[in-house]
Amino acid sequence: MAENIIKIENVKFKYDEKDTLYAVDGVNLNIRQGEFTAVVGRNGSGKSTLAKLINSILLPESGKIYVKGMDTADDSKLWDIRQAAGMVFQNPDNQLVATIVEEDIAFGPENQGVDPSEIRRRVDEALKAVGMYDFRDWPPHMLSGGQKQRIAIAGILALNSDCIILDEPTAMLDPSGRKEVMDTLQKLKERGKTIILITHYMDEAVQADRVVVMDRGSVKLDGTPKEIFRNMDVIKKFGLDVPQITQLAQGLYRAGLDIPPDIIDVKELVDLLCR
Amino acid sequence: MLKNLTIGQHYPVESPIHSLDPRVKIIITIFFIVSLFLVDNFTTYLVVIVFLAAVIKMSKVPFKFVIRGLRPILMIILITFIINILMTPGKILLKVGFIKITEEGLRQAGFMAIRLTLLIMGTSLLTLTTSPIILTDGIESLLSPFKRFGLPAHELAMMMTIALRFIPTLLDETEKIMKAQKSRGADFESGNLVSRAKNLVPLLVPLFVSAFRRADELAMAMEARCYRGGENRTRMRQLKISKGDYVASVIFTIYFAAVIIIKIW
Repeated sequence: MAENIIKIENVKFKYDEKDTLYAVDGVNLNIRQGEFTAVVGRNGSGKSTLAKLINSILLPESGKIYVKGMDTADDSKLWDIRQAAGMVFQNPDNQLVATIVEEDIAFGPENQGVDPSEIRRRVDEALKAVGMYDFRDWPPHMLSGGQKQRIAIAGILALNSDCIILDEPTAMLDPSGRKEVMDTLQKLKERGKTIILITHYMDEAVQADRVVVMDRGSVKLDGTPKEIFRNMDVIKKFGLDVPQITQLAQGLYRAGLDIPPDIIDVKELVDLLCR
Repeated sequence: MLKNLTIGQHYPVESPIHSLDPRVKIIITIFFIVSLFLVDNFTTYLVVIVFLAAVIKMSKVPFKFVIRGLRPILMIILITFIINILMTPGKILLKVGFIKITEEGLRQAGFMAIRLTLLIMGTSLLTLTTSPIILTDGIESLLSPFKRFGLPAHELAMMMTIALRFIPTLLDETEKIMKAQKSRGADFESGNLVSRAKNLVPLLVPLFVSAFRRADELAMAMEARCYRGGENRTRMRQLKISKGDYVASVIFTIYFAAVIIIKIW
C-alpha cells in the first residue's frame, strides 16, 4: 500500500464569517502517492475551494490538512507545501508570468533559488515531458489554450512537485486542447506523479484511477470510475451526468441486452457488442 | 524567429551589437546621449554621425528601421526647428512682417534638429538590438546596487516583465470587447472628440474590471509557484561580460575621448 501523500481530516471552511453554509463542510480524504484522482461536483460544491486548501492558499477553519506530513496551517512550511503540491489554474492566460515560454517555466525554480545550471536542466526536462520543447522560445500569447495549459503544467513540473493539483484546467479549452491536457496528465501519471484533477467533464473523470464526488461541501461518493458511474440515478442526484458511453450502455442494458451497467470505455463496449 | 513578434521594435538578427551584454549597451547609450550634448559645432557632429553609422552597419538592422523610430517625434523635431529659427536673436537674414529669420537662428535650429535626430536614432538602436526581456534583465542588474538605498530593482523589473507579457493579451481582449460592444450598437468611430471619448467608456470599464481580475488570479498563481519577492531568487539566464563587451567599451571610450578632445580644442 502506497503511503498517503495528502491527508485531509474533517476540514471545514467558509469564505465569510457571516456565511451560514460552509464551502467545505467536514471533508475527510486521503490521497495516495502516485494516484490519479478526479474530483467532480456541480458549481459551488466546494471542489475548487478544497484545491486551494490543499495548496495552502486558503487555511481551514477547523480540521487539518497534511501534505507529505506537513500541516498546511504551519507558516514555516508554506513554501515546502506549495513546492510539494503544485497547482494549475483554470485560465491559461492568467498564470503565465514571463514573455517567453522557457522563462516562464524557469519562474518557479528561480523563486526557490535553484542553481542556474540546474534550472536549465529542469526547464528542458519539463518542456520535453509535456511535449513543448520546440516552442521553448515562443511568446505565450502565440500559443493555443491547450499549449498554454501544458506550459503551466511544465511550470509545476519544474518545481519538482510530487503532487499536481489541477483546478478545472480544461474548462476554457476546446476539445483538442482538452485532449492535449488529458494526454499530458496520463504521461505524468506514468512518471509516478500524484494527480488531483478537478473537473466538470465526466469523460475526463473516467480516465482517473479514482473519482471523488463532492456536493454541498462534502464528499458524497468515492471509488473507482466503474463503481461511481454504474449508478446513474445517484450521480444525477448530485447534479452530474454519467459519461455518454455509460449512458448508452445502461440504455442498452435496460432494453434487455446482456451488457453490464458500469461500462466507461468506448472500446470496452465495442468489444462486448462485437462478441 | 517568433520571439517578441509583436512586442516592442526588437529586430531579431545575429550581430556583434545584438550579442553585447545589455548592461554594457545601456551604459554606452547613456554616455552616447551625454556626448551629443557635449557637441558644440557641426564638425564634431561628423564624428558622431560616422560612429553611429558604423554601429548601425555592424548591427545589421536595416537603415529604414532606425529611421522609422523617428516618425513619432517628427513633429517635435519640426516644432523645435521652427521655434529656434524664429526665436533666436541675431543678424537678420530675412524679414517678413514681424517674422525675422536670423543667421544664428538657422544655425541653432539645424543644430538642435541634428541633435534630436541622432539622439533618437542612437537610443532606438538599443531597443532594436536588444529583446525586451534581456533589456529588463539588464536594467534590473544595473539598478541592483541601489537596492540598499531602498530602490525596488527586482520589483520594477518584474512589473516590466508582466506588463510586456500582458500587452498582447489585453490588446486581444480590447478587440474582443470592442466587437462585442459594436455588435450591440456601440459607435467608436464617428462624432467629435468629446462624444468619442464618452463612447470609450463601455470599452474601458469591462477592460479594467477584467484586468483587475487577471491581476488577482496571476498573483495567486505566482504565489502557488513559490514567488516571494526578489530575496534569494536566482535567474536561469546569467548575464556575462564577454570579450566583445570589452572591445565595445574600448571603442566607445575612444569615440567619447575624441568628442571631448575636439570640444576642448
